[in-house]
Amino acid sequence: MKTDIILCGVGGQGILSIATIIGEAAMKENLYIKQAEVHGMSQRGGDVQSNLRLSSEPIHSDLIPLGGADVIISMEPMEALRYLPFLKKDGWIITSSTPFINIPNYPDVEVIKSDLQKIGNVILLDIEQQAKDAGVPRSANVILLGAAQKALGIEYEKLEDAIRRVFGRKGDAVVDANIKALSIGKAAQK
Amino acid sequence: MKRLLLGDQAIAQGAIDAGLSGVYAYPGTPSTEITEYIQDSPQARERGIHSRWSANEKTAMEAALGMSFMGKRALVCMKHVGLNVCADPFVNSGMTGTNGGLVVLVADDPSMHSSQDEQDSRFYGKFAMVPTFEPSNQQEAYDMMSVAFDFSEKMGLPVLMRVTTRMAHSRAVVEIADTPKDQNALNYNAKASNWVLLPAFARKRNEIVTAQQPILEQIAVESPYNKYVDASNHQLGIIASGIAYNYLMECYPNGDCPYPVLKISQYPIPKKLIRRMTDDCETVLIAEEGQPFIEDQVRGVMPGNAVIKGRLTGELPRTGELNPDLLKAALGLPTDEAYKTCEDVAPRPPALCQGCGHRDVYTALNQVLLDYPNARVFGDIGCYTLGFLPPYKAIHSCVDMGASITMAKGASDAGQWPAIAMIGDSTFTHSGMTGLLDAANENANIVVIISDNLTTAMTGGQDSAGTNKFEAICRALGVSDEHLHVVNPIPKNMPEITAILKQEIEYEGLSVIIPRRECMQTLQRHLKQKKAK
Repeated sequence: MKTDIILCGVGGQGILSIATIIGEAAMKENLYIKQAEVHGMSQRGGDVQSNLRLSSEPIHSDLIPLGGADVIISMEPMEALRYLPFLKKDGWIITSSTPFINIPNYPDVEVIKSDLQKIGNVILLDIEQQAKDAGVPRSANVILLGAAQKALGIEYEKLEDAIRRVFGRKGDAVVDANIKALSIGKAAQK
Repeated sequence: MKRLLLGDQAIAQGAIDAGLSGVYAYPGTPSTEITEYIQDSPQARERGIHSRWSANEKTAMEAALGMSFMGKRALVCMKHVGLNVCADPFVNSGMTGTNGGLVVLVADDPSMHSSQDEQDSRFYGKFAMVPTFEPSNQQEAYDMMSVAFDFSEKMGLPVLMRVTTRMAHSRAVVEIADTPKDQNALNYNAKASNWVLLPAFARKRNEIVTAQQPILEQIAVESPYNKYVDASNHQLGIIASGIAYNYLMECYPNGDCPYPVLKISQYPIPKKLIRRMTDDCETVLIAEEGQPFIEDQVRGVMPGNAVIKGRLTGELPRTGELNPDLLKAALGLPTDEAYKTCEDVAPRPPALCQGCGHRDVYTALNQVLLDYPNARVFGDIGCYTLGFLPPYKAIHSCVDMGASITMAKGASDAGQWPAIAMIGDSTFTHSGMTGLLDAANENANIVVIISDNLTTAMTGGQDSAGTNKFEAICRALGVSDEHLHVVNPIPKNMPEITAILKQEIEYEGLSVIIPRRECMQTLQRHLKQKKAK
């Protein structure tokens, strides 16, 4: 088993909590893990990404080579496109459809969406709205995770278990909200 | 037991498990998480390990040296440019040697993700004659801490441990010890003749330390961290150090590199192993993260038959960090790139947070400076450096910690008016106070803005050494009460702030204005903590 994942978004959107859940599930499976993060200045509203690599064999590089990522999980549609050269030909993009506009020259959102649709394997989700509608507004990022489950190659139940362990300290309500969000994402899979 | 740890955290846990007594550091990306981990570690707390932040890297280095003097194990951590700040005690610790183990951990930032240059700390190790370790992965970083402390005590020398951003800020599963080793007891073995660097004694130490160098090199040849793996195809040999070794192996997923590989993770460079490669192989490719440190030495001292290729010949880029694709290209392997760069993606540079007090300071400053088109604003290191970017475009320089005040003074000495310094609270206590003393002694005609957000913000909100002491510090250094102002930078106070700025620009002499409002990031964290209670 070997899965290379790029998690991306804008500094402050919380991509690392998705990474934490995946990492927890992978640890439990005794997989090798490498997860390169961005800390420091770029966290202040700039583009951020994390390279997350899972494998049953030892992993050498902390960075994913070009054309090597099985899946890009993005909290922001334009950010998903930023890492396109890293995606495998048959790789998946799972992204929020809500643009985060904090720059004056943000491109036309329709252009971004059409660029995304040109990639065969794309799941575009309005996670903010879906999370709100389901009464779990703070778990939007976990909807993305649910939608990426097949692409990640991790069994659904194992992600559920990981959520229980990661959020257990915060009480049942938080755990339940995140499991609900995960199931919404799962249902949106193609 | 197994833990998922950042490289920085693996280093911290490795130090705790090696019997650490104290960590000393000033925050700096990508080294900050080492000290934070020790601060948060219940194990470290139980064991009474010192972990409070130091005012700067020099005070940190000297305190660590003092702990080593007393026989205990000390760790000092910094980013690469921090080593410049503590270069004096670092280089001279190579002369005094150590008593308790001393590890100087420096995290370099090639490609300058959060830095103003990409200097390679291994050069410091070489000219200070300090043995240097460079782990290539998180497990090795963990294991090396124990080895480095033992080595430091055995050789009586500090050890420089050099890591780079991708190792520091990448997580991996690390196997750690169940229980830490005991700390050293206080001892009085440090000999004054080693530690008093009077010329007559320093000369003797210099001979001893210099004489240790061939021994260090022989140890490097035999080190398990410097590994020569032979292979059948001798058309090429590859030397890879630190994290570059991982990128190399990434190019051969099944571990079937057809060429001999020399992995280097301990310095001085193992010349004997390098000679073997230059004798055996027609061409040698050198892959190292950072500057061509090994490559320069191999070219200089190994006039073997082999052709040397690397950063100096263009097979690898001369600057910037490496990655698996650059190694692939250097090895003539094809790329797997399937999609081209999307032309519609716009750059998204970092920006000051919404609601940040620095924003209000720049708004006020820009408004006032409309009347002074020749004004020059000397910036400094921190979030507020982002004031250079639109929409503020408010600063004209950013060089090193504390340079705002001293450069403003120099500009004023040259005849510039108005000359304004913009510095943060933590940067001020790190390296701004001495410059302010110079300015006060000459009553320099400058305005110093100490934008106080009550924290070391850019590195994630660590304690700031001078919190609640700034007015007292300024007064003590000679700033007059009349020209020392504290303001609250919120939009409502704009008329007051701009009036003060204008008045102090017009005053012919030294003024200090302290806009004070808590950082938005730490404010939100504090509100959350309050709510949780």
